[in-house]
Amino acid sequence: MSVQDSKPVLEITGLTVRLPEGADREFAIEDVSLSVARGEVVCVVGESGSGKSVTAFTVMGLIPKKDLVPVAGSILLQGEDLLKKSDRQMRALRGEKMAMVFQEPMTALNPVIKVGDQIAELLEIHTNMSGSARKKRVIEAMDDVSLPDPKTMYNSYPHQLSGGQRQRIMIAMALALEPGLLIADEPTTALDVTTQAEVLALIKDIQRRHGMGVMFITHDFGVVADIADRVVVMQNGKVVEQGSRDEILRNPTHPYTKMLIGSVPSLTPPDRPEPEVAEIALEAHHLNKTYGSRGFLTKGRVVHAAQDVELIVRRGETLGVVGESGSGKSTVARCIVRLIDPTSGDITIDGANIATMPERELRPYRKEIQIVFQDPYRSLNPRRTVGQSIVEGPMNYGLGAAEALARAEELMRVVGLAPEALDRFPHQFSGGQRQRICIARALAMEPKVLIADEAVSALDVSVQSQVLRLLHDVRERFDLAMLFITHDLRVAAQICDRIMVMQHGVVVEEGRTAEVYANPQHPYTQSLLAAAPGREMDFAQFA
Amino acid sequence: MYLYVIKRILATIPVMVIVALFVFLMLRLAPGDPAAVIAGDYATAEDVERIRAQLGLNDPILVQMGKWLAQLARGDLGTAIFSKLPVTTLIGQRLEPTLLLALSTITFTVLVAVPLGTLAAYKAGSWIDRLVMLFSVAGFSVPVFVLGYILIYVLSMQLKILPVQGYKSPFEYGLWQFARHMILPTLTLSVIYIALIARMTRASVQEVLQEDYVRTARAKGQSEFKILMRHALRNAAVPIVTVIGLGIALMIGGVVVTESVFNIPGLGRLVLDAVLARDYPVIQGLILFFSFVYILINLLIDLSYTLFDPRIKY
Repeated sequence: MSVQDSKPVLEITGLTVRLPEGADREFAIEDVSLSVARGEVVCVVGESGSGKSVTAFTVMGLIPKKDLVPVAGSILLQGEDLLKKSDRQMRALRGEKMAMVFQEPMTALNPVIKVGDQIAELLEIHTNMSGSARKKRVIEAMDDVSLPDPKTMYNSYPHQLSGGQRQRIMIAMALALEPGLLIADEPTTALDVTTQAEVLALIKDIQRRHGMGVMFITHDFGVVADIADRVVVMQNGKVVEQGSRDEILRNPTHPYTKMLIGSVPSLTPPDRPEPEVAEIALEAHHLNKTYGSRGFLTKGRVVHAAQDVELIVRRGETLGVVGESGSGKSTVARCIVRLIDPTSGDITIDGANIATMPERELRPYRKEIQIVFQDPYRSLNPRRTVGQSIVEGPMNYGLGAAEALARAEELMRVVGLAPEALDRFPHQFSGGQRQRICIARALAMEPKVLIADEAVSALDVSVQSQVLRLLHDVRERFDLAMLFITHDLRVAAQICDRIMVMQHGVVVEEGRTAEVYANPQHPYTQSLLAAAPGREMDFAQFA
Repeated sequence: MYLYVIKRILATIPVMVIVALFVFLMLRLAPGDPAAVIAGDYATAEDVERIRAQLGLNDPILVQMGKWLAQLARGDLGTAIFSKLPVTTLIGQRLEPTLLLALSTITFTVLVAVPLGTLAAYKAGSWIDRLVMLFSVAGFSVPVFVLGYILIYVLSMQLKILPVQGYKSPFEYGLWQFARHMILPTLTLSVIYIALIARMTRASVQEVLQEDYVRTARAKGQSEFKILMRHALRNAAVPIVTVIGLGIALMIGGVVVTESVFNIPGLGRLVLDAVLARDYPVIQGLILFFSFVYILINLLIDLSYTLFDPRIKY
């Protein structure tokens, strides 16, 4: 870009931050050096625990001082060393010279203060503008990030806005004083793919117009491909490689970088043999779920979470259900497992319609359909050993303790964990291992249908690809019918035989995965595919 | 919102009917014959019988219940057995001291407990935090009457800076006299609520301080004081206000003891006198009155949530 030759906005040299005693390693980050020039977007990429967020928060001075102590190095912001500043001086710099946008715009905004006032607060802290001047400036800033009708929206509360609008508010807030440095910490991770594309374009556009330096933290190589000028790759608190976007993405030299990039699922579905027509394991017809609040004296408001959904899954087949938040994909999954009761329609398994079956009759069918959830940290009971969690289901269905334990040991091997680990508690495992345990737990019931509800969305890419492979293997091995719910089109491309696209509770398109990706018919599917970050990059070349 | 208020007020009617029936049965089923008590130690069996008839205690229980409910529907809480005054008049006479004591206690409690709890949350783990929590535990543990007598002994009898007991209406004697007499009862009654609300405030604020938007405020360069005032407290308010509401309800018990200790002619004393004399109509009337106040406070607390949190809508 044009002004890259000038002095960097941010220059981190040899930064080392110590972890408190008793942590799994001595330093959160060690000897980190990187710089961000004016008008440049530097992506800091890494998996969880790589130290990318600690680096960003140390720059902002937002790390908890008791636990994390910078012990070496310097952080120069436009030539001034931030590590030598007092709290008061740091406060004056935060918001004015450097600003930050966070991952989750819902929780990053104060729920009880009007969004306009939250932006105005920044001006109140750093300028002596009058109330009306502040308001005028806020409306300009909101206009600058293309928020519709800023005058009205000034008085809105965060919960009244959409996720994308909330992130735009955060960006407007960060930019209101035109800081030299913007730090964006996974700013699009919590957003839907179409919103993500808009917000990325916005950040890029604003960065160009204002000539800021942007330090962009992300774990998503698709996003890197779309937005980065330069890339810094971090692993276990150290920088392992840095270079221009094209150098890193096309010619990575460090094995870790190669592995990371190679793990990103390709958007092009692999060639799959036409599946033989197997027995139908699960079908749903005219499945409806409506939520309504019809109260005494109040008029009911009805939301159609799922409308007339039709689906068939055969044994040995994976059906993907993709869509953005609120599309109804999880509602469908939960209805099928009968975690929630469908309003109407049929769900057939083993020749029985379980859609409206009372709980007592439903019981024998419950074991046929098992589900793996998104967050492996919260879906295992922290106070029970993983062995107890795995054997509980089969024992509820009458299996003896010894047999159940034998089955649990066998399944631990299947999911690639040591059977001895059955005596350990969930917190002793990593996220990927926990998700393996959740899969073993589901398989212990010997189900016909396995539902994976965003089962790999919370995992780092390298772990994600392993878990995807595992899901694929167990499907083959146990001849399972799999329903794979995801918002991630890359993941869906790799694992699903057929795909179903949902929007606002309605299935808008369905077909073989390769056909849908090559030739999407519905405009919504087209926009989803067009919005997938880094779609022109094929990452799988290093796999 | 208005619809919600109307609905809630309508909903108090069945609640009050149930309370009324419960009160009625509880007193009828308790041991002890009010007629015998009224008649006194030297009364003959005929005297007692006459009084029973007078009070309608000979009617079948369902008839008594029907009469009681019909009476209530007219807003009549009955007539006291001893003073022969309508119960509503008795309550009216005693309302002022109790109401003012409750108000001053709540005000004092909130003014002390909320800043104290916030400070403890902000300085969590420090000696200030431990001191506040120590006070909190102590406040819970000391019975109201013990505290009352200690305060009287030190401040009134030894230092002689405050009156020992009594009540002076601000409307008759002016604010100064009123305040002087109110300080000790207020202090006595507040301690336990300060302990409770300071603890709740600390927990609530501490939780809010972990929130992402507090981090956002720091990222803006906001000072810690303003972060507490502007961002933390309002978000922490809903649980705090809930506990304040519960505290007001629990205060009824404290008022009885405090008014006895400080000889204040309020509703608490009326309760005590009525119970000792088995003055059924007065006891029933007071329980109903307190239930009604309780329901009303609950409604006000629920409505106040909308002031703190725009996401709550009725």
